[in-house]
Amino acid sequence: MTQEYRKEKKYGMVIDLDKCTGCGACMVACMAENNVPFRDNETDKLKSITWMRVYQLNNGKSYPNEEICYLPRPCMHCEGHNGHSPCVTVCPAIATDYDRETGIVSQIITRCFGCRYCMGACPYHARYFNWWDPVWPDGMEKSLSPNVSPRMRGVVEKCTFCFHRYQLAYEKAASEGRRELRENEYQPSCTQACPAGAITFGDLINKNQAVYKMKKDPRAFRLLERLGTNPKIYYLSSREWVRRAGDNYHPDEETGIVKNHR
Amino acid sequence: MDSAFIPEGVKRCPFSQFLAGLGVVGVVLAWGIYAMLLCWLKGLNQTNMNDSYGFALWIWADLAIIALGGGAFFSGFLKYIVGKDELKNIINFAVLIGFICYSSALLILAIDIGQPLRGWFIFWHANVHSMLTEVAFCLSCYFGVLTIEYIPLILENRKIDKIPFFHNLSHNMHEIMAVFASTGAFLSCFHQGSLGGVAGVLFGRPFAYREGLLVWPWTFFLFTWSAAAYGPCFTIFLTRLLEKITGKKLVKDNVIDLLAKISGWMIFTYIIAKIIDTWYWAAVTVHSKGQTLMDFYDDNMFYGLWILVAEIVVGGIFPALILLTKKGRNSEALLWTAVILACLGVCINRWVMVLQVMAAPVLPFEDWALYYPSWQEVATTILPVAYGIILVMISYRYLPIFPQEKELNPIESY
Amino acid sequence: MFPFISFEWVWDIGHIVFMGSLWYALSILGIGMTYCIIKAAIDTQKKDDTSHHH
Repeated sequence: MTQEYRKEKKYGMVIDLDKCTGCGACMVACMAENNVPFRDNETDKLKSITWMRVYQLNNGKSYPNEEICYLPRPCMHCEGHNGHSPCVTVCPAIATDYDRETGIVSQIITRCFGCRYCMGACPYHARYFNWWDPVWPDGMEKSLSPNVSPRMRGVVEKCTFCFHRYQLAYEKAASEGRRELRENEYQPSCTQACPAGAITFGDLINKNQAVYKMKKDPRAFRLLERLGTNPKIYYLSSREWVRRAGDNYHPDEETGIVKNHR
Repeated sequence: MDSAFIPEGVKRCPFSQFLAGLGVVGVVLAWGIYAMLLCWLKGLNQTNMNDSYGFALWIWADLAIIALGGGAFFSGFLKYIVGKDELKNIINFAVLIGFICYSSALLILAIDIGQPLRGWFIFWHANVHSMLTEVAFCLSCYFGVLTIEYIPLILENRKIDKIPFFHNLSHNMHEIMAVFASTGAFLSCFHQGSLGGVAGVLFGRPFAYREGLLVWPWTFFLFTWSAAAYGPCFTIFLTRLLEKITGKKLVKDNVIDLLAKISGWMIFTYIIAKIIDTWYWAAVTVHSKGQTLMDFYDDNMFYGLWILVAEIVVGGIFPALILLTKKGRNSEALLWTAVILACLGVCINRWVMVLQVMAAPVLPFEDWALYYPSWQEVATTILPVAYGIILVMISYRYLPIFPQEKELNPIESY
Repeated sequence: MFPFISFEWVWDIGHIVFMGSLWYALSILGIGMTYCIIKAAIDTQKKDDTSHHH
């Protein structure tokens, strides 16, 4: 019903890799905001849950020509072709959904029964499985965020673009009699936590918002664009090798030849 | 001791020997059940799966046993729809194997999901566009068909058959078995296919992704075809194995020969389709994603071109050629070689379509993720094997599984 | 899964084809088994009756 009068949005991010220092504040903010569980021993990264994960890329050369780039990777909230995200279409129980109003790929954790098919479908490894029940250090339970339910073992979770913040912002706007949110009213925690201001968040199809202009930057690229996942995270980098690392290319191909569904 | 339950006119080992055998396999079964309970009570942290390997040994085992169990639906199709009547002499055994394979697959799926108590969501909240939903529905329904096909066999037990109602019921079920079998063939085509579709629709994973027809990727058709082709080889393999163990001929050579010949032609045609599929995938699909064939067979400790050769040449072309020739089918050694290679071939195919899909990196800055299963995963995968052996032991002893056994092994009368 | 009962149910081509085939297959199995059981009961009854007469 709401679709009739609320304007369609496509929330997304533009992450400026020229600004990212790899400090990891976005990862920490995300974990605190979303009650992401952790364990005593987090050495096995293939079992850690990091909705926002900072990758370290290098240009493959040795000193003194070696270069490093940090690349924060939240969920890409892929639109695919007409809302056919890789993960949404495969979920057998409709426990994950592409919201056509916001463009957000949701995860309904009480519906998920843990088949992990979506994890296999996601090329970005943005989906994480709860191999254990969450165990919080003494006293920490009291400081958990009341707006996000902690997850039990056996279900898949991922970045939601802090959807609870969208809901809170929308409630506030509605109480003031507004149907539409202002750009700064809804911002995910990683965006706000970034000390370098490398992450910009907003409605990618709203001409008045910063991300709309930034995504048209000649430095912009998206991860694995050739697969047709149509992600909503754009990256900016002035370095050619970084842009080339965002997708697979044949040696004779120019970087950025494929720009799908923009 | 239990002679009143043993079919008339056949010889079985002493009851004590039978019990001892059950006991030995029972130990393995108990080990598997213990591991299964660990997974259910403590969760999937008991496995070595991780966020790169959401699908691992179990899903492979599922796909493999269902492909191998494909002998049931295909021989049912051949007997009831095509009208190859000779196959009535092996169909009971094919049904039994199918029953074991499918019940095992369902059990493994029940262990594999993170929240087993929510397993029914896949039916209740079904997403009709997901291949896994199609798998769950057709798998459960076809298991129902196999149960219906297995029930008359149980009812034919010497003691049970004496009860008039059960005698009539078994007779009636035989009468309309063609209806059940064709429904089964229909369901089977779809779930074998959708198991292939599970990998084929993953457009985020170039190693698995295939184009296709309407909503079905090519792997959909390849999986159905290969299950029909390789399944009968597993039926033949187990028949021969049982003959070796019991020291008796159980099925006449012409029956095996017919099934082997059909299987040979099916594998031959399948492998041609598979080669075309692989070539098209490497030359067109993968190329369009900026990758090459060697990106998936290089740069890691396990997956080399050898696995492609093992699947297509050793496990495909070789057995097909052996089974196509009369000489190959008639030579005991060559037939054994062919059916074993064929079973390995289809298992490698299923392995590759599950594990290698997970292992191969997609993001250029990521590495291969290799994995080895935990003992709990291994034990729960061996569990169905032990369960299967036990069910075969009991069924062989008490039910008339092989109609030709009496004729082939006459008991000297005094 | 069930029309009218499940809230996810939509009358679209996907649901009609997929669930239609499912319910069709299930009906065949259900009706077939019911037929076998009822006929077996009737046959058994008949046999009993005839044996009583003799």
